[in-house]
Amino acid sequence: MDMPFMAEAFVSLLRGLPLTLNLAAVSMVAASILAIGLAWLRMSDVAPARATAIGYVSFFRGTPLLVQIFLIYYGLGQFRPTLQAWGLWPFLREPYWCALLALTLNAAAYASEVVRGGLLSVPAAQVEAARAVGMSGLLLYRRIIIPIALRQALPAYGSEIIIMIKSTSLASVITMMEVTGLAAKLIAESFRVIEVFVMAGAIYLAINFMVAQTIAAVERWLSPHLRAAPGSILPSEIAHV
Amino acid sequence: MSNELATRSGAGSSAVSVKDLRKNFGALEVLKGINLEARKGDVISILGSSGSGKSTMLRCINMLEVPDGGEIRIGGELIELKKTNRGVVPARQAQIDRLRTRASMVFQSFNLWSHLTILENLIEAPVHVQKRGRAECIAEAEALLEKVGIADKRHHYPSHLSGGQQQRAAIARALAQKPDVMLFDEPTSALDPELVGEVLRVMRSLAAEGRTMLVVTHEMNFARDVSSEVIFLHKGVVEEQGPPDVVFNRSTSARFKTFLAG
Ligand SMILES: Nc1ncnc2c1ncn2[C@@H]1O[C@H](COP(=O)(O)OP(=O)(O)OP(=O)(O)O)[C@@H](O)[C@H]1O
Ligand SMILES: [Mg+2]
Repeated sequence: MDMPFMAEAFVSLLRGLPLTLNLAAVSMVAASILAIGLAWLRMSDVAPARATAIGYVSFFRGTPLLVQIFLIYYGLGQFRPTLQAWGLWPFLREPYWCALLALTLNAAAYASEVVRGGLLSVPAAQVEAARAVGMSGLLLYRRIIIPIALRQALPAYGSEIIIMIKSTSLASVITMMEVTGLAAKLIAESFRVIEVFVMAGAIYLAINFMVAQTIAAVERWLSPHLRAAPGSILPSEIAHV
Repeated sequence: MSNELATRSGAGSSAVSVKDLRKNFGALEVLKGINLEARKGDVISILGSSGSGKSTMLRCINMLEVPDGGEIRIGGELIELKKTNRGVVPARQAQIDRLRTRASMVFQSFNLWSHLTILENLIEAPVHVQKRGRAECIAEAEALLEKVGIADKRHHYPSHLSGGQQQRAAIARALAQKPDVMLFDEPTSALDPELVGEVLRVMRSLAAEGRTMLVVTHEMNFARDVSSEVIFLHKGVVEEQGPPDVVFNRSTSARFKTFLAG
């Protein structure tokens, strides 16, 4: 292996990192908001609302993200007059916004199931105890349901974030110069496939390692009730005592 | 009856009043017209075999189940219900939420909030529902934990406590709302036999303080010694009702005798 070349490749790939993180972060935030709406529809008493959510989720989970990206990037051109009328065309002719849209719509489908799983996991008895003391509506959600659901959903949500970071690499197929896009360009120039992809892989691995650590830390912080009682010392904690 | 006088002095005034309470689950008639009158300071034990409707009755008083007919008054205030095409529903959620803080429930399976510490469980409703000052609520909660004997557990989570400790915490949580009446649904039935005593001791001390309590229980000694009145439910109707010595010693109901023997 050519170490100096790999170091060079690493530095040039890093220039794609801000775009990778930008795509992942923006679409994850947007997907989370959309996911709450989808989960709400999915759990509604109204049959058409449930059907809409089920249809949405099965479409976006059942087709490849790559196909969705192509459909949005090449397909939306068909609706150019409508999109122009709505003022969306200046955005949706840009590959950046198309990638963001595809990633968001796709991740929302998965995240809505995470949200729903979290809500379903809240023990009915604890909700009942909250109603019995006079909680209802938003207060009940804010104080009891959401805090418990969030703790349950966090591990699965963490996986979604990691999958999202890797999924951004597909944006390279519509000319986005994020880490993978830069890697493909570098390979076309240097013909050194292995070295470049090893470095690209290392970058994803490093980000995802940090993300996983952060999520684990948040989980530990939010779930002291799943650990040992205060006063009982765990071997791992002796160092801090 | 000297009810007039008693009402004016406060003691003996109505805490819970239930008239002709009816509840169905689908085609199943669970409560078929229950009448019950609890004055301040009463301890009413509710007995009955499994499926007789004891829990359903208690849950109607706290509005966890909405009755299909009849009237419930908490501290004299009528719970307003209205008929819709989907059945009977509460007329005003705000009234339900307010009255629920007056009649607090202790469940068979404790139902403490798992993500909050014991102290946080106690101050949750006082701070967020009753909107009382946090510092005042904490001071009161600590005194209540002291009283039920688990002050040292205040920063623990429910999962770190034994069943008996969790139930004592749940009783303290109910007390923290300063309710007018406490509703207990088989508070010792989920406990290991050696933990039953510590919970009953707390309940006896509450009764001795003059708290108004409705207690669904299978603890016959508690019903006999502590209650001012015993009610025996059978298939959704009150089969036997009266002071414990009368009911236990002079009941002529064959069903009640069978129940006691069983
Ligand atoms: N939510 C519900 N849906 C349908 N049926 C119910 C519901 N809750 C209770 N029931 C039925 O109503 C009847 C009375 O139940 P309830 O829980 O009030 O009895 P209980 O006297 O408390 O019995 P136990 O001693 O076993 O707790 C039972 O036949 C039960 O199956
Ligand atoms: Mg019951």
